[in-house]
Amino acid sequence: MSNEDADDLAWERSAVVRVTPSAKARKLAKVPFVEMADGRLQGVVSSGSDIARVYVSSIAAETHAFSCSTNNNRPCGGLTGGYMCKHLQSLVAEAVLQYGNERVGQFLGIEGDDLNAGLRDGSKESAPAAVVFNRFLRHLAYLELPARNAPVPEMQWFPAGAVG
Amino acid sequence: MLSMHLAALTDGLPDGVDDASALVDGFDDALTHGLGRLGEPQAAALEALAAALSAAPLGPAIAEAAAKAGSGSPSEDGLGLLAAGRAALLGAVHDALLGRFDTAAGRVRAAWDEPAPEPPGGTNLLAGARSWLHEVAVTGWRGVGHDLVSAVDPTVEALLADPGSRRIAALMDGLAAELRASSPVATMARVPARRWGDLWSRPMLLTWQDGASGGRAEPVSGRLLPLGVDVHEHPTAVQIQVHGVLESGEGKRLVRASVSAGKVDTIVGPAIWRLLDDFPVLLAALAGQRAVEIDGMPLLPGGDLLWSEDAADLGESADPFATARLQLDEATAPPVPPLERHPVRIAEPVLLEGYRVDGGDLVLDDHRLRIETGNLPGSGPLTPELVRASSTCVGLVRWDAAGWSLRPLAVQAVVKKKPVTAHGGEWALGPTDPKIVKAQAKSGDAVAVLRERAGRLLRK
Ligand SMILES: [Zn+2]
Repeated sequence: MSNEDADDLAWERSAVVRVTPSAKARKLAKVPFVEMADGRLQGVVSSGSDIARVYVSSIAAETHAFSCSTNNNRPCGGLTGGYMCKHLQSLVAEAVLQYGNERVGQFLGIEGDDLNAGLRDGSKESAPAAVVFNRFLRHLAYLELPARNAPVPEMQWFPAGAVG
Repeated sequence: MLSMHLAALTDGLPDGVDDASALVDGFDDALTHGLGRLGEPQAAALEALAAALSAAPLGPAIAEAAAKAGSGSPSEDGLGLLAAGRAALLGAVHDALLGRFDTAAGRVRAAWDEPAPEPPGGTNLLAGARSWLHEVAVTGWRGVGHDLVSAVDPTVEALLADPGSRRIAALMDGLAAELRASSPVATMARVPARRWGDLWSRPMLLTWQDGASGGRAEPVSGRLLPLGVDVHEHPTAVQIQVHGVLESGEGKRLVRASVSAGKVDTIVGPAIWRLLDDFPVLLAALAGQRAVEIDGMPLLPGGDLLWSEDAADLGESADPFATARLQLDEATAPPVPPLERHPVRIAEPVLLEGYRVDGGDLVLDDHRLRIETGNLPGSGPLTPELVRASSTCVGLVRWDAAGWSLRPLAVQAVVKKKPVTAHGGEWALGPTDPKIVKAQAKSGDAVAVLRERAGRLLRK
């Protein structure tokens, strides 16, 4: 058995291994939520002018079709012609900070390192904002869970730094 | 821990550990494959697991479940029995390893004399979890894709909202996050079979057992001397587990205090402490290396304090290295609750002194112990460089497929000819390293930003 095979075997037989790289810290004020889920890079972007308003922006993997609207489904005024608005540009930039260029590129099905060049083949489509916005609310709800003082022994499988 | 203790710890594996692990590997291979489409070798592996347990009370039922699964039609109850069989084997491995540690380190451990906790009746929520776990097992890890992972979302959401189901909720959410990031699993070069086997069988068992307490809590009073803090986190949960010595009228005992909170993936590193600000005394004790005066706090028979700020007062300075030097050998360790017996549960506080670090190993005389430098938490000041430069360490002895290891909780090192001490919980009230303070100021307060949004959007 080669060293590499032996390493693989130990990895497969370990209770604690890193399966997914952890997200990197980034400034959340402008883009509080980004995720790669349901075949889309999607998230929520704050409006620059109105604190109560947010935009829901998303880009489909592979086709790179993009959409942007307010959470009440009003189309984004910046989305004219075939170009991505500033919300979509922020979404991509923050996704790169959070997940790294490579993972975002892989997810979107872009060859090479230049994501912006790789996304140029996409065109505008309309996608309902409600699903993504509800996922954002669900995301925020984790912070509302009451803290707990009883042990969760199962968290032993998730030591900080190793997984997560 | 002296070099002779280390020698006794690492002198080969206890009898039976390899055999039991091989049986679990067989089960995990079947789970990777999918119990709905077992080949000859996987069916044989399930039979071998059942045969090894034939003398156990559940033995005949497990054998029947293995036969049914082998023929391609496992029932939910049958999968529960197989999960119980797998857990029994790993429980035996746990006992052998912990016994080895106790003998090697001269640790005295109290016996478990509580009745095994009563499983409460399963709720509809737990039935939903069980049915998803059944589907996953039939499909096999190799067949898992986005649709199957998304199907568990409503169940997890409902479990999270139920305070009595937080254990299974945190576990299934952690598993779902890994599966989501790995989907479609068929494209993965290798599958973390043991890990996912664990993360599948524990919730399967919890669908029958969740909510069961770890026995009857007794109020205790005395002085808690923290040794250090172990941090656990996945994208949506964080737990800090404080290890310490409790001095009370009944002598000295090793105890742990664990508090947890929900989080999101963008809250990482030193920001996690902010999520636990309901526990200011506990955090202050960690940040300032102080004792805590405890008055009537509930203690579970497994050595877990049910932390109550009302029953805790910040005490005097208490250097964890002094505690480890003076108190650790005299403290009685708690027994492990029957349902928690698993090698991953082993986390025994020790003090190691006068060693050198060679590659990834701590070396004391000629004896080696792997030191975990690759997964130090970002929530504290411990870095691989600091650990490599250290010669004294309070840490947790742990075990995994690669053998015994030490997870550092605090180190004393010499850096640029100056002595340096670092504790993992030092930043519990905010980072003290100017570089980290600056980085945090630049990225803003993630917890505050998201809490503000939550306040506006969820409570309007
Ligand atoms: Zn826009």
